[in-house]
Amino acid sequence: MKAWLVSILLVVVAFGFVLGDCRSTAANRIVLWHAYRGAEEQALLELTARYEAQTGTTVEVLAVPFLAYASKLSSAIERDQGPDVFIDAHERLGSYRDDGLVVHADAAFPKDDNERYDAIATKVARDDEGVAWGVPFALKGVALILNTSLVEGAPDSIESLVKSRNDGAYPLAYEAESAYVHAPWLHAFGGSMLGPNDAYGFTGEPARKSVLFARSLVSSGLVPASADGALVKQLFESGKAAAIIGGPGLVSELPKGLPLRVMPLPRMHAAASAPEPFLTVELLFLAPRSVARPEVSAFARFLASDESARTRVRAQVVANAATWKGAEAIAPHLRAFHDAALASRPMSTRTAMRATWEPVEQAIRSAMRAPNIDTASLDAILVESARRFESSKPKTTSASKARGFTAVAVTLFAAALVAYRSSRPRFWSGLRASAGAYAYVMHAAIAVFVLVVLPLIAGAVTSFFSGPRNHMTYAGIGNYVDILTARGGPLLGYGSFYRTLLVTIVWTIANVTLHVTIGLALALLLSRPLLRLRGLYRTLLIVPWAVPSYVTALAYKGMFHQQFGAVNALLRKCGAEPVSWFSHFSTAFAANVATNVWLGFPFMMVVILGALTNVPKDVLEAADVDGATSWQRFRHVTLPLLLPQLAPAIVLGAVWTFNMFNVVFLVSGGEPDNQTDILVSEAYRWAFTRHAQYGYAAAYAVLIFGILWLTSRLSRRWQTEVA
Amino acid sequence: MANGGRLNARQNVKALVVHALLIGAVIYALYPVLWVLTVAFSRDGLGTDGFVLPWPRHWTFANFAIATGASTGKSALFFRQLVNSLTVSASTALLSIAIAAPAAYALARMQFVGKRTGLSGLMLTQMFPTVASAVPLYFILSQLHLLDRRAGLVVAYSATALPFAIFQLKAAFEAIPVELEEAAMVDGATRFEAFVRVVLPVARPALAVTALFAFMSAWNEFVLAATLMSREEAFTLPVVLQRFVGEHSAAWGPFAAGSIVVSIPVMAIFYIAQKQLLSGLTAGSVKG
Repeated sequence: MKAWLVSILLVVVAFGFVLGDCRSTAANRIVLWHAYRGAEEQALLELTARYEAQTGTTVEVLAVPFLAYASKLSSAIERDQGPDVFIDAHERLGSYRDDGLVVHADAAFPKDDNERYDAIATKVARDDEGVAWGVPFALKGVALILNTSLVEGAPDSIESLVKSRNDGAYPLAYEAESAYVHAPWLHAFGGSMLGPNDAYGFTGEPARKSVLFARSLVSSGLVPASADGALVKQLFESGKAAAIIGGPGLVSELPKGLPLRVMPLPRMHAAASAPEPFLTVELLFLAPRSVARPEVSAFARFLASDESARTRVRAQVVANAATWKGAEAIAPHLRAFHDAALASRPMSTRTAMRATWEPVEQAIRSAMRAPNIDTASLDAILVESARRFESSKPKTTSASKARGFTAVAVTLFAAALVAYRSSRPRFWSGLRASAGAYAYVMHAAIAVFVLVVLPLIAGAVTSFFSGPRNHMTYAGIGNYVDILTARGGPLLGYGSFYRTLLVTIVWTIANVTLHVTIGLALALLLSRPLLRLRGLYRTLLIVPWAVPSYVTALAYKGMFHQQFGAVNALLRKCGAEPVSWFSHFSTAFAANVATNVWLGFPFMMVVILGALTNVPKDVLEAADVDGATSWQRFRHVTLPLLLPQLAPAIVLGAVWTFNMFNVVFLVSGGEPDNQTDILVSEAYRWAFTRHAQYGYAAAYAVLIFGILWLTSRLSRRWQTEVA
Repeated sequence: MANGGRLNARQNVKALVVHALLIGAVIYALYPVLWVLTVAFSRDGLGTDGFVLPWPRHWTFANFAIATGASTGKSALFFRQLVNSLTVSASTALLSIAIAAPAAYALARMQFVGKRTGLSGLMLTQMFPTVASAVPLYFILSQLHLLDRRAGLVVAYSATALPFAIFQLKAAFEAIPVELEEAAMVDGATRFEAFVRVVLPVARPALAVTALFAFMSAWNEFVLAATLMSREEAFTLPVVLQRFVGEHSAAWGPFAAGSIVVSIPVMAIFYIAQKQLLSGLTAGSVKG
């Protein structure tokens, strides 16, 4: 009947697969991965095309989304499926070396080429012994971007810039709570984020002064508070900010025709030295696959050459010194970014560097948002942030005695289970009788076991190990002990497992209740007979489900901004006080819930609409004839028939909400003070921002699993007792 | 006559209230999307005025040209990627239904050894966060020679969608009276024939919802697609979209435009399919 729908589906599928998975099979092809966009990508493609034409080599270029870049690199290179050459920031070199993802690049960057690149880039690309680990490619760092229709000339200091004007536009806007953009102030006062021997650097006089300096900018009202990158850009585009701090990527995203000028950050009166931003040198890295393939090195050398730099300099700040000395016409803003880069401080390549961002930003946020601050309270904030850095460090556990014990225990347990099962009477005859049913479930069982269960088991095994990916050491139940004892801190203290668990439970209950209530209400409204425009309503109401959640979650984040968000604008119109949404647990939590409810109700609505069609109309009609009110009909007819059908969606919905990390990540980001983090987002932090402790993250995952499993066991027991 | 008039008036007021509630819900659903639309259609991004009701100040289609590759001469590639997305999502919907429906039927109607263990095992898979499972999945698919093939994506997505599909369909099958199949079997049909000819047609709304769910989860998935696919011609649209987000800055205009492009097919499919799939098909057939 409705076969045409199915046939359209089949045609689409057939057509799609006819296009096929054509794969390049050229023997000597070179694979290049990058995460560039826009003009930078165009320049790169132009160069590879030129190289192919010149040498007859096949070059396969793949642009990978930045968010998936690192994980894709590591999984692919470990399976020998990855690129020969890839472009990435120098600061990841430390972890790439730890994980064995890169090899020496001496053939592509011989010592004779040292002078070819800016000295600062050469230094970064070689280790202390002078071995090259990459070929210098491009420089990235921040500078001051001025709107020349609002600012005349070049300000001689940050302070004079900020005082320069005050007629509706902010003299300066920058991401005041980002450690990356805050770093120049810290450096100017003589500090550094990461000291020698991976010591935490955001302490003492420099940190204190830098925070007070930033606070003075914001509290004067001349710099907007808690601005993120998107807001800074928005303010600049709309002429609401005369100057911003940003990198070349930001400039390329600005609308064309905006009158702007770029200059290195001016000095600060408050500090003796100039503010030094962080510098990232993008390097051409060679993957292990490229070993003993001179053509790969030749290609990398070609991409980094002065000749190629002439093409690339249209889009990026190349690391080739000669290009900048030449007389060629280069966009003035790129020249200014180059000047700024030469006066910048290369980021540390240590893996510990990544773990500094979270505690530093935490300290900056707390200090910026406190209504009053004195030396004592500021010191307390800094001490706390140092403590957090220390406590996120990997613990050196010595549980290796128990090696093998876990494996033996697991095997014994499984064997005992099988023995117990098979010893029961009628087990074998039952098995024979089940053969018919197995024909129905076989495919599902195999698919789920191979593609869902095995990866999960592999993940769970990781939880008994600690250390970086490539050389993990067996830690027994060390990770679990650590988590369950709240790493020695108070049991309900900052970031403790139990506190996060409480938040997660409240989060799950709030979301599921609202999802089901709203979904049910809308489904009931939509299933009313004689409703006009039913199809239109139904379609419009699934829009939140249809639009990719990444962009709408960020729209929600913007809506809850204290100064510019729509929610506060609405509150102001109603005469209420605006709320600083992400400064308090309750409001930040509410913002997360609002977003997640919005994202999730259409799914519930559709499921309930589907289930409602299984409620026989004649039963309802019979109830109607018997004089039941509509509430009685709903309560005694519809709901009892609906609930068993909804049970899977509600239970699974609860489980998914329990593990829903991206809304928490994108909207509140755990603010304030990681209080709105749920267990999964905590696990992600351990895996990706705090010293890359996968074992620790996996232990969190296993614990989450355990909690959910226990809950379901208990609720089932409770259900059977009630029944 | 007067009585009938009052009844009509009451009906009208009721209808008015229902529409008011639904319009309120639509506003709630669409308001954040208005932001996305504004960013997509603005030449200079989202301004900072008019924040309550965002609206583009300078209209442009340039973001759509960038998002669909028209501005860089890559629209053929974009079309290819759109086809990939449709193919992968539709195949995922079909495959997961094809695997889940028999399994759900067996779980709903038959007794067999391991049924309870299997059911709780299925539920358990959903409880384990996927923090650490992408790397092993990559390894398994590479062993199966399914890396970098859309078939690999389909298999991975279907397996992920299976637990929900099975639970959803099991509940729907259980809501269907057994008498229907028994009647068919008395008439000489085998159990499998009864399942295919009687149960599946009756369960069509549930099948549709389950298929839609599988379709959507594949349609919006990005991490696996970006990790498993290593050629741009094999990418799906969410991967293409995510390319507009960088480490320190993002091209919000094209990203928003792309998001709208990505959501249009889904809404079109839903609009076309809903009439047949959600409009009380069973009212006549389940009278038992």
